[in-house]
Amino acid sequence: MPVPLQLDEITRRYRVDSAPVLDRLRLQLEPGEYLAIMGESGSGKSTLLNLIAGLDRPDSGRVLFEGTDLATLDDDALTRWRRASIGFVFQAFHVLPYLTVLQNVALPLDLLGVGDPQRQQRVLQMLKACGIAALAPRYARELSGGELQRVAIARALVHRPRLVLADEPTGNLDGRTAQQILGLLREQLHSNAAGAILITHSLTAARSADRILELAAGQLRPATVEPAAHSR
Amino acid sequence: MNGNDGARGAWIAWRTFAYAQLREHPMQLLATLAAIALGVALGVAVYLVNSAALDEFDQATRRLLGTADIVVRGPPEGFDEALLVALAHRPAVATVSPLLELELTRPGQSPPLKLLALDPFRAAALQPELMAEIGPDVTRLFAPDTIILSRAAADELQLRRGDELPIIVGGAPKSLRVIDILSGRAYPESLGIMDIATAQWSLQRIGKLNRIDLRARPGTDLATLREQLASVLPPGVVPVTPAIERGRATTATRAYRVNLNMLALVALLTGAFLVFATQSLAVLRRRAALGLLRALGVTRLQLECALLGEGAAIGLFGSLLGALLGALVAALVLRYLGTDLGNRALAARAVGLGLPALPLAAFVLIGTAVAGLGAWIPAHEAAGRAPALAMKSGDCEPAVNRLPVALPGIALIAAGALLAWLPPVNRLPLPGYAAIAALLAGAVLLIPTLMRWVTGSAKRSGHAILDIAIAQLQGSAGVSTISLAAIIVSFSLMVAMAIMVHSFRISFDLWLVKLLPADLSLRVSFDSDTGALTGEQQHRIAALPAVARAEFRRVRQIWLRADHAPVALIARDLNPLRAADTLPLVHATQQPVPAGTQAAWISESLQDLYGLRLGERLQLPLDGRVQQLFIAGIWRDYGRPAGAVVIARAGYIAASGDDSANEGLIWRRPGASAAALEAAIRGSLNIGSALELIGSGQLRQRSLMLFDRAFAITYALEVIAVGIGLLGVGVAASSSALARRAQFGMLRHIGMLRRQVLATLAIEGVIMSTLSVIYGLLLGTALSLILVYVIDRQSFNWSIDLAIPWLRLGALSTALIAASALTALWGGRAAMSQDAIRAVREDW
Repeated sequence: MPVPLQLDEITRRYRVDSAPVLDRLRLQLEPGEYLAIMGESGSGKSTLLNLIAGLDRPDSGRVLFEGTDLATLDDDALTRWRRASIGFVFQAFHVLPYLTVLQNVALPLDLLGVGDPQRQQRVLQMLKACGIAALAPRYARELSGGELQRVAIARALVHRPRLVLADEPTGNLDGRTAQQILGLLREQLHSNAAGAILITHSLTAARSADRILELAAGQLRPATVEPAAHSR
Repeated sequence: MNGNDGARGAWIAWRTFAYAQLREHPMQLLATLAAIALGVALGVAVYLVNSAALDEFDQATRRLLGTADIVVRGPPEGFDEALLVALAHRPAVATVSPLLELELTRPGQSPPLKLLALDPFRAAALQPELMAEIGPDVTRLFAPDTIILSRAAADELQLRRGDELPIIVGGAPKSLRVIDILSGRAYPESLGIMDIATAQWSLQRIGKLNRIDLRARPGTDLATLREQLASVLPPGVVPVTPAIERGRATTATRAYRVNLNMLALVALLTGAFLVFATQSLAVLRRRAALGLLRALGVTRLQLECALLGEGAAIGLFGSLLGALLGALVAALVLRYLGTDLGNRALAARAVGLGLPALPLAAFVLIGTAVAGLGAWIPAHEAAGRAPALAMKSGDCEPAVNRLPVALPGIALIAAGALLAWLPPVNRLPLPGYAAIAALLAGAVLLIPTLMRWVTGSAKRSGHAILDIAIAQLQGSAGVSTISLAAIIVSFSLMVAMAIMVHSFRISFDLWLVKLLPADLSLRVSFDSDTGALTGEQQHRIAALPAVARAEFRRVRQIWLRADHAPVALIARDLNPLRAADTLPLVHATQQPVPAGTQAAWISESLQDLYGLRLGERLQLPLDGRVQQLFIAGIWRDYGRPAGAVVIARAGYIAASGDDSANEGLIWRRPGASAAALEAAIRGSLNIGSALELIGSGQLRQRSLMLFDRAFAITYALEVIAVGIGLLGVGVAASSSALARRAQFGMLRHIGMLRRQVLATLAIEGVIMSTLSVIYGLLLGTALSLILVYVIDRQSFNWSIDLAIPWLRLGALSTALIAASALTALWGGRAAMSQDAIRAVREDW
């Protein structure tokens, strides 16, 4: 199985004359690995996530996904790659309010051109797996934060991406709901055999991952905290 | 909380938002300002130009009437001067002044010259300013065939003292010697002045007058005197007050002016919809900040006042700008185009622009109020929302959707349909205008319901971009209404106007074809009083070898009532049993003509203005006697808004002994060329060069050109209104795309191509534009029915047949769909310029 993600000597500056926010950073993600990256505000966590998603380009170094250098892809090709290979979970959910839960979850399949009945079957399966099958006909604007994040997780995984990128997915949720969401995310990553990178401030959230790294001074290093027992 | 605290809170909220709005969305603010400014500018410009013309008419009438208390008027042919003596002997009358007020016929196609022939000694009492300008030596007026010209007349005719002024009297040419030219300040309009006796002699009106000015003795009740005079004056001679005389131009052009002002109001209302759209979307965009302010302690009232103030401030600045712009446009129009704005009745000379403070302030106030009204609904809605809810992400569309609009919409449409059946108020189609306003408002309120119904019935296509676009439209019907209101309103009005103008043009053309059946039309100077063809001259023309057939008419002005303008009596060759062959009849009776009466066909204007009906009797004063007419038919006449009556010429000659003619139709004999025919006619008469001869086709073309010119201002106003509507679409699309930038960012994250996002916007734009255009077409057609059958009929007292300009509407619709979709795409594209990363990081 190829290495899903490899960052090779990545450097990124916000301005030409500023200190690099990411400085010759290296990272390798194992197949199916669930990695948490912690760091202080402004340490470059989100920048790193954007580089991995192909939404930003490094000043130097390479982002390799399953052996392909993302720098070789133009904007359209990057978008198509992201469409097929990446799932996103955002802190602010970003679930479209004018679509039903079912339609929101089906979006990635629609973009990939997956037709019925596979589309319907996959969406219902995902809704059920995320515990929101009963919400299928409801509009996003009628849901609570926890429900919205479940929809977002279902949407991130419905098309079976190889990598899920989650940026503070529990940042807007209470502690109990956050635990439920992290459990769900981990469970679904496992059952879909997807790797994941979780960006978070939360120690509790980070401990749900298989491995925890800390981003500081532009470099990644193992965190001082250990993943929870169930993760290992 | 005291009043100061309240005002301070509202001021802080207003300052915060207005400044932020200006800084963050300057283009939207400027577009809204421009819309209000344009609406006010149009209103101000039309008002100022019309006022300038009407003021000038008023001043000119005052100068013509002098200080008379009552003016006794008769037909141009005049009445017996013995009436002067009879009136002078009435105890209530202090002074009388005899006059002939005529339009002198001039050779060729030159416009006639107004002539005031007076008794210099008597006129000194009633026309002191004019007589002072003429000077003490009035005896010079007594020389035969002499005339004094005003400066304007001398300039226009390019004549100097001692020159000869050629005129036509009866069927013969004649010339008057210019003995003096008045200074420009004495009488700014074009005018000729003669002594009454000289004029009677020179113009073949011996013993005739057509006007007597009266001054009543002090303490006389003028209304009573006028009533007494009305009962003793011969038929066709009427006592008129100066107020009626002065108001005649105002009355005659009132409907036209009201129509122009309504068009300006339409542009202003479209601007109001734009304010509504801008403010609604601004409130939606800032709902979290508004919630925060409420949470921090700003009261509902303060917030509402702040938002209302924001709209009113835009209205005030826009209105001030519009008033300035309008005054500038009016000054340019008066300087370069004249006063008529497409209506010949409003053409005036020597006009200066006045800037009356009160009406200008009223326009500014209207603009401000209209903008405030546009801002009130979103302000009220925003202030009424719970702060916690307002601050919650995604609480955008539902707030708009909660507004109860369907039932009021249906109620307004029903009210509009009912109002359309009401009669005019004070001769103005005010219920008709109210019907249009109600239909428009009702139709706008129904947009969300219809939008939901149309998009809700769309099936899933399985194509992500199309489905997302449709889902977005389904979910944002309320916001879409805000975006589309201005363009639907302006487009439907444009459709309505296009249908009305096209219908009018087709009817007008058919009318021309009916009235101009011959090869050649002949006139002895239009709208003048002294020239005519004698019976012998008519025979000579008819006997020409190139003439296959000739038909002559006598057209005269007849006073039926003192408070109305004189009507046209048209005596023409006509077979009473086949009147429909030669007249554009709209109604006719099969009843036989009663004994002792003559059949007459009256125009629709006469029918409406005098309340006459088919089959009724009409008493026609003719040369001091009353002719009993039987109304056998009603015909459509677009040429004489004061009314016209047609009778058979044989009956007219029998009743009046007048066999002269001032109009005619000539049919060419096969083989004779038009040029040869014209040359033959001119050569057969000693006033040949004075005749106006024109091919019917050419006359028709000229008339249609004048028609198009008259409606050019309408088209211009409509185009501006649609432009404002398009501006609204752009602003709304931009606001909507900005509000949805996080959604677009998310879609870009999960794999939607940039062009696919733009395609979504384009599809939304095309669907919305197409629906707007279809809705606008339906609404516009409904409005056109009111314009054609209610407003036009009641304004101008003539009917038109409905005709739909399918091709023009098709082209207009296609252009608007494209323009509207492109505008929406442009607005969205501008909002899409922010990157996807930044967009998703903002909470929405």
